[in-house]
Amino acid sequence: MSVTLSETGLAVERHWRELASRRRLYTLGGLLFMTVAMSGSLWFANESNAGKFWDRLPYLFDFIGQLLPRDGFEIWRAMFDLPSPYDDGSLKYNYPEGRMYLTETFYVPEYLYKMLETINIALVSTLIGFAIGFVLCFLAASNVVTQRWLRFFVRRFMEVLRAFPEIVIAGFFLAVLSLGAVPAIIAVSIHTIGALGKMFFEVVENADMRPDEGLRAAGANRLERVWFGIVPQVMPNFLSYGLLRLEINVRASTIIGAVGGGGIGEVLRLSISQTHEAKTLAIVLLLLLTIIAVDQFSAWLRHRLVGEQAFAFGRGD
Amino acid sequence: MAVLSLSEVDEIAARHPQVFAGSLRKRLAGWAIGLGVAIYLVFAWWFFAIGAVFANGNWDIAGAYLADWVTYEARPTIGIEENHLEISFPRFDPVGERGSIDWLTSETAMVERAAAAPAGNAAGSSAGSSAGSFLGTVGGKPAPTGSSAAAAPSPTTGGAAIRQEETVSAAVEIGSRNLIEIVPGVVTVTRGSETLVADIVQNQSVTARGPLPDWAEQKAPGSKIIVRFGFPGRAEIEDDEVKIRHRFWGWANFVFDTNSPFWGKPAGEVFSLIASGERIDPKRSNLALAWDNILNNSEWQHLDVWTKLLQTIVMAFVGTVFASLLAFPLAFAAARNITQSRITNQVAKRLFDFLRSVDMLIWALFFTRAFGPGPLAGISAIFFTDTGTFGKLYSETLENIDDKQREGIRSVGAAPSLVQRYGVVPQVLPVFLSQSLYFWESNTRSATIIGAVGAGGIGLKLWEAMRTNSDWENVAYMVLLILIVVFVFDNISNALRRRLMGGDPAGAQPV
Repeated sequence: MSVTLSETGLAVERHWRELASRRRLYTLGGLLFMTVAMSGSLWFANESNAGKFWDRLPYLFDFIGQLLPRDGFEIWRAMFDLPSPYDDGSLKYNYPEGRMYLTETFYVPEYLYKMLETINIALVSTLIGFAIGFVLCFLAASNVVTQRWLRFFVRRFMEVLRAFPEIVIAGFFLAVLSLGAVPAIIAVSIHTIGALGKMFFEVVENADMRPDEGLRAAGANRLERVWFGIVPQVMPNFLSYGLLRLEINVRASTIIGAVGGGGIGEVLRLSISQTHEAKTLAIVLLLLLTIIAVDQFSAWLRHRLVGEQAFAFGRGD
Repeated sequence: MAVLSLSEVDEIAARHPQVFAGSLRKRLAGWAIGLGVAIYLVFAWWFFAIGAVFANGNWDIAGAYLADWVTYEARPTIGIEENHLEISFPRFDPVGERGSIDWLTSETAMVERAAAAPAGNAAGSSAGSSAGSFLGTVGGKPAPTGSSAAAAPSPTTGGAAIRQEETVSAAVEIGSRNLIEIVPGVVTVTRGSETLVADIVQNQSVTARGPLPDWAEQKAPGSKIIVRFGFPGRAEIEDDEVKIRHRFWGWANFVFDTNSPFWGKPAGEVFSLIASGERIDPKRSNLALAWDNILNNSEWQHLDVWTKLLQTIVMAFVGTVFASLLAFPLAFAAARNITQSRITNQVAKRLFDFLRSVDMLIWALFFTRAFGPGPLAGISAIFFTDTGTFGKLYSETLENIDDKQREGIRSVGAAPSLVQRYGVVPQVLPVFLSQSLYFWESNTRSATIIGAVGAGGIGLKLWEAMRTNSDWENVAYMVLLILIVVFVFDNISNALRRRLMGGDPAGAQPV
């Protein structure tokens, strides 16, 4: 089937072909660039690693094999600090020694206690970060604060808090306050202030200003306008972001725990490095269940608070 | 405008009780939540023993650590011998073990060494008596030490002694208003308008003349005296030496360390040496030597830091790319509207949940054990976690696509794979790329943190520098580099996403 095109038609077709070939060129160039960058990166990563990938691969499977406990119940014994039939006095099987006795007979299993500690670190930091971020966000919103310099200053301040590596704050306070949960709380809180503050002020800037106008007309001062005009509108979104942050903070406080900030992260690192298979699996299982539970709970509560609005993407780390 | 009287207000309230009752309940709920949070915080205070932890913290050290971020200390020690002084610097002192510094001046004279004569004491007391007169005077500068120094060498000694040129007096200026003058036996410290004179009986005692000012501290009579000058430094006067700590702003020896032949030279001289100077090392050019000296700067370890930073960047890059590549086909299997089999959907989705919920930390620890510390562990950790995250995000995107395009392609009789290629991929690819780019930036941050638990990269180096508690300036340097990298990647990622999505993506906000 041959179609003869008019002069303009030919020009359009020629133009289309040019565009298509240029696009193909760009795509090819991009792919080539990615291939080169990837192979270079992989080579570099492999070279600078302590063990080479292909040499270490068999050990990976060995290590997975080492993680298998002697029987399935060992995981539960490790999790609930029950005595093990394989107990030979070594650290590997000394499950009952971690018991935290609350009364003569009632105890909290060690890992459950550590997990609670981690959750509490996350919760306290989220609350602190929420409170301070709440105050700061209004100072950064252009519809509340008219002074440009103040907004600029507060925003830069929050950016620094957010971008500063948590690990450094934790390391600094670990040096000052010695090992424990408090440095972890401080580090996670500081990061949370920055992260929540940024999301909060964006919510505030998108708030409906008509209630504010009404309050202004009735002679309300700035604090009253914010408190009665803006806060009721933004509170559901704030709470939703706070819950999302709680999910992230549970993970963050686990990581900080692994570098000395207490909680489950610390025992996990110890138990993996000493190849205590049942203990490791118990902790991993506990952590997995906790994270899923916190995520589900937070998703359910967020759903109740703000309905269908999705916040999963753009977590603003 | 109608004005309501109080009775009319009450009437309205009586007519619509539900309006007011509702608000009361809401208000009570607010108070209850507030009270709950307050009680919880009290519990947390007790649970973490926050008060005790803060009370036991080393807050003095905290100030010194913070100051270390942007300052450095020179730590000369001035040993007090019988009739002369020994000025020495520690091995890794930022001002080096050689060279002259303008804030430490000293005078030399010929003295008898190994002479068991009370010459030093005599010189000390003579200097002391002259210094004693201005103890009470305000604003008086101590007398120049030259006179007492001249008195120091004692000519009367036995034949076994050697006459040798030695330092007999030293003056250390700490900041513009503080001065420490040392001659054997007497240390005179001036801070602003106040002066402290301490007599030293060698290897026995340190005694201040008159009461100690509040910037000086002595734990027990005769023991060492610590004098503080605030930011510029401090000194410890002991019975055999004076330890001085003089603090300066900046990072010491950032470019060349003290072992480098270029150390201590002004920039112009270094450039002219590199451009046209004699070869310092006959084997290579000055440029190569300078570059090598910079890279292998023993204190700042530029080459190592840059390599580790590159490792972190590579970890985030490779991990994100691999995760995107694997999540792409899996997401098609997980999307309800694309793969009809419910079992396949569920298996893929549960796999994503598993990968995501097993924290990045667990993957990092796990792969560190398997591959040994290094970027491979970090890559694997990011790869595993983000395959889950991307899979979830991608499959949600796929489930929300517009079905009309697919129908159109299908209606012209295209094969199933072509339906996906032309009906689905063009719709979702920009969104996928945008999501991956967003996570690329945030993974650069995560890679730093998991590095600290052993997954390699700058995180590990950062952590090691922090553990020594004395390399805070290196920590500051690495943090600065990380912040720059994150900032640059954030901007690249935002710019690319804006181009991909057209218009204003979620991450691009006005400033």
